[in-house]
Amino acid sequence: MSILRLFSSRKPAPEPVPTAPIARERLQILLAHERGSTRGKPDLLMQLREEILAVVQRHVTLDPDKVIVRMERGKNVSTLEVDIELPNGSEQAFAATG
Amino acid sequence: MAKVLVVTSGKGGVGKTTSTAAMGAALAQAGQKVVVVDFDVGLRNLDLVLGAERRVVFDLINVVQGIAKLPQALIRDKRLENLWLLPASQTKDKDALTDEGVGRIIDELRGSCDWILCDSPAGIERGAMLAMRYADEAIIVTNPEVSSVRDSDRIIGMLDSKTVRAEKGERVEKHVLIARYDAARAARGEMLTIDDILEILATPLLGIIPESQDVLRASNVGSPVTLNSPSSVAARAYADATKRLLGETVPMLVPTERKGLMNLLRGRRAA
Repeated sequence: MSILRLFSSRKPAPEPVPTAPIARERLQILLAHERGSTRGKPDLLMQLREEILAVVQRHVTLDPDKVIVRMERGKNVSTLEVDIELPNGSEQAFAATG
Repeated sequence: MAKVLVVTSGKGGVGKTTSTAAMGAALAQAGQKVVVVDFDVGLRNLDLVLGAERRVVFDLINVVQGIAKLPQALIRDKRLENLWLLPASQTKDKDALTDEGVGRIIDELRGSCDWILCDSPAGIERGAMLAMRYADEAIIVTNPEVSSVRDSDRIIGMLDSKTVRAEKGERVEKHVLIARYDAARAARGEMLTIDDILEILATPLLGIIPESQDVLRASNVGSPVTLNSPSSVAARAYADATKRLLGETVPMLVPTERKGLMNLLRGRRAA
């Protein structure tokens, strides 16, 4: 082995880090979410997104361009981030209805 | 104005999605602004290969149906700020994809990036037709075996007749990308040779991608191979193919078995 290396200009390749466990974990997380949404149960995050936007829309006219929704699905925790830009004057509208 | 490039093949499993991810990333690494669009409704995978699968909020069909605006559905790559993904829908009916809707999205994207890469589903059904419909250029991913070459030939025929360009009497510029090339089997005469494939398909060669562990590792971790192991033979082959796409003349390297002695230099032109 070491004699062979003498003739090789290339350094011995570093032992590659196994990537299959990463692949398995990524698939487990993804499929856990997808099975929920494609087999009858609606996807919780998607449902939350739609209902949150519907509630806000009852009070304020939303500019669809000013709504940013981000999701990050995790193994134990997922996050839903809804960033809504409210037009000026919407607070008065709240006061009037509330 | 962006160029619309469809990555297609007819046959499944030849490396369309891997190649879309690798070349999309390579174009972005070269400073181009790139949007990759997954047309495989119901069986999306480009998000997974790009490592964006946990961040999908809206998809192509949401945009077609007007539920989401295009900028809201685009997912920006975390590593390459020039690379964006428009994912396919996983749950919607694929009939929701309409010619008119796809045309609108392509038009909107054209003004805001340099390249639109359309990752076609396998087959010759609606999704595959719509993926190629608005293409200016096409990459036909082909493996060195008879069924893949036959399907590629069929797809080439469709590119020449069913695209908007073809209907206007213009041509779609076509390139063959040979993927999963196994040097050892080629040396033993078990696979179609590159010359055989090019002669049959009569289409210029864009690159030769070897069958590679590095490609598998890259998709395991959700990172295009040109990013994940840029010095690997496969990544360099994709980077060279990308340069040819950008008009550079790069010598065509035929991947050989890694004995470290020589890589056969072939003087074949890319286009």
